[in-house]
Amino acid sequence: MALLQIAEPGQSAAPHEHKLAVGIDLGTTNSLVATVQSGEARTLTDLAGNAMLPSVVQYQADSIVVGERAAAAATQDPANTLISVKRFLGKTQAEIEKSYGQLPYEFCEHDGSLAISTVAGAISPVTASSEILKALKLRAEDSFAGQDILGAVITVPAYFDDAQRQSTKDAAELAGIKVLRLLNEPTAAAVAYGLDSGQEGIIAVYDLGGGTFDISILRLHQGVFEVLATGGDSSLGGDDFDSLLVEYFKTQTGVSELSASVLRLFINKAKACKEALSQYQTVNVGLEFDGQSHKVEVTRETFDELALSLVKKTLRSCRRAVKDAGIENEEVLQVVMVGGSTRMPIVRSQVAAFFDKEPLTSIDPDRVVALGAALQADVLVGNKPDSDMLLLDVLPLSLGLETMGGLVEKIIPRNTTIPVARAQEFTTFKDGQTAMSLHVLQGERELVDDCRSLAKFSLKGIPAMAAGAAHIRVTFKVDADGLLSVSAMEKSTGVQAEIQVKPSFGLSDDQVANMLKESMTNAKDDMQARMLKEQQVEALRVVEALEASLATDSALLDEQELGALKAEIAKLVAVRESATTPAEIKAAIEAVDNASSEFAARRMDASIKKALQGQSVDEV
Amino acid sequence: MRYFELFAIPVDYNIDLATINKHYLELQRAVHPDRHASSSSRDKLLAVQNAAEINDALQTLKHPVKRAEYMLSELGVDIRAEQQTLQDPLFLMQQMELREELEELENAADPDAAIAQFEAQIKQLDKQYSSELAAQLASNDEQQWQAAADNIRKLKFVYKLRDELERIEDSLFDD
Repeated sequence: MALLQIAEPGQSAAPHEHKLAVGIDLGTTNSLVATVQSGEARTLTDLAGNAMLPSVVQYQADSIVVGERAAAAATQDPANTLISVKRFLGKTQAEIEKSYGQLPYEFCEHDGSLAISTVAGAISPVTASSEILKALKLRAEDSFAGQDILGAVITVPAYFDDAQRQSTKDAAELAGIKVLRLLNEPTAAAVAYGLDSGQEGIIAVYDLGGGTFDISILRLHQGVFEVLATGGDSSLGGDDFDSLLVEYFKTQTGVSELSASVLRLFINKAKACKEALSQYQTVNVGLEFDGQSHKVEVTRETFDELALSLVKKTLRSCRRAVKDAGIENEEVLQVVMVGGSTRMPIVRSQVAAFFDKEPLTSIDPDRVVALGAALQADVLVGNKPDSDMLLLDVLPLSLGLETMGGLVEKIIPRNTTIPVARAQEFTTFKDGQTAMSLHVLQGERELVDDCRSLAKFSLKGIPAMAAGAAHIRVTFKVDADGLLSVSAMEKSTGVQAEIQVKPSFGLSDDQVANMLKESMTNAKDDMQARMLKEQQVEALRVVEALEASLATDSALLDEQELGALKAEIAKLVAVRESATTPAEIKAAIEAVDNASSEFAARRMDASIKKALQGQSVDEV
Repeated sequence: MRYFELFAIPVDYNIDLATINKHYLELQRAVHPDRHASSSSRDKLLAVQNAAEINDALQTLKHPVKRAEYMLSELGVDIRAEQQTLQDPLFLMQQMELREELEELENAADPDAAIAQFEAQIKQLDKQYSSELAAQLASNDEQQWQAAADNIRKLKFVYKLRDELERIEDSLFDD
């Protein structure tokens, strides 16, 4: 038997240098990047000392500007300056127009998905988001000269559906960022608060950002953050409060038709007015455009009246989430406020009244999500091997399939803990039927038209049988990121049905690959070199992970198995140094993967057994 | 029975939720994909599968009807995918009356009181059909299992009523 290696408490057995991983809050209005240094999470700033990067991308004929400078250009160049694109992720033009009314953009279709026409061509929301992510990545790399970023935890609204999550992941891929995890924003905030206070019990996270609203109810217990229920509205946020003020300005000034640049001016003034009203009782707004000059006075009382119905809408989601969590309002120990929009006094007072307790605001509501994401990234990348932290999240919206008559049959209900796998059996309708089409939907309503269409699948190659004789088992899997995958097989013959995935929204894998290629040609980047580098980092990760596992669990293998595995690892280490193409390294990684499959299975079984050891004996 | 073994609890229809929850967290701590984030892709895939199975086991054990169906299927009587209809005219008649009552709830003079009263009826039915389940599922007698299957079929109707009631409550909330 192998000798046990014993390390000092709090240290890993194989001390490695600190690995650089970041948490990214890709927000509607502002984005941030944070990392953990000497045990402390902190946001990284630009040269001017700003942590917040305005989520604004300005496209010019031959350059792209991101952040503050782009935001400043918005009034002069509204059509090419993309603001709040997060709201457009995974959506169709019709949905956007319905939710947001007049916008200063010209929408178009590019490769079958939504895009915005700019002087630099058609830009999809995913591409624009990837520019923001690139800027943050660059900031992190500059802060740690020369060090590779091994991965990032990127936050998404808890109420984001599958298409919106997938789009976020695509944007990260386009930006050349390895996603360790998509983390729900309220859960990230809970981590930042929870690890801070060490408290146990039920907490509610109320997260009102620039474009999205989330409510999550979590139970904290010995480092486990268990989400009991989540709810919200992925198109309700600070921007909607601005729109109310824009409408108010219109009625007060008597100007109803606004050009794109005047609309942008009104929106900017509305935003500034809303923010000022959090401090002052009365704000005077000057609106000067096209030779006209108007003054509008807005009192806090007026604003509160305008805003109340939106705030009440968020409270309805809160009530539902509390109910879904199977708890009563009184059981909520703490209410955490997240997102810049929670600075509005009307929001704070209404939430306090609803939960009957003063909400917590001790961590900056703009930065708390990025800080929590950084803490999770630090654990996931392996810097804290002794961490107890575990985040158990839920599916925010039910997943279902279209059945006869345009109805939706739910396969996985909302608030089911993920990862989850569910199978459903179907049969053929006609004799000799060899194909079947399935329509996957997400949402709570009964009718197909009221739910969000995620994908349409065709199952082909079903063996010809009498009607009702074939048993097709369709399996839905949702991983820890909340992303769905589907597989199908015919049971009696074992024929694996061929599946064609046509995402109803968002991008197909091919589209992402093409965009990646295009972006690299445009940037005159050497694609081959970059992919080689990525594979080298991946190989290093694989080797380190296996060595760490072998250090603790090599006893699970006999001498011959151990020898064979070690030989493959050595081969990979050598190939990593000598390879000139990414494919060589990829093949070596796959060989190591195959050689370690048995080891992986045994380790997993051993860890399950170990988890409950010593408990069953005295309790059963 | 696998799920009971997985959670290291005795095979019994009456479960101790606190123990199950405690063991659930221990198991997830061991298998959750986030605990294997820096492992090989194969490790991660296994972790996702195991975590999903443990989640499924928890959902099954926690839900009174799913738990009963699961125990029954382990005894060799699988009624989870059956299309068979219930042969009990009296029960079905009662269900129809309850459904009519349910539809009238929204128009009641005092909807809150009417909902509470209906909820009490559902609880009473739940109790009636689940009280014998523990003994029936613990027995070695196949006739007892068939009796359990009958109770479960009826419980499913009762739970459907409960879901429907929740939906009505929700819609009243939203106004």
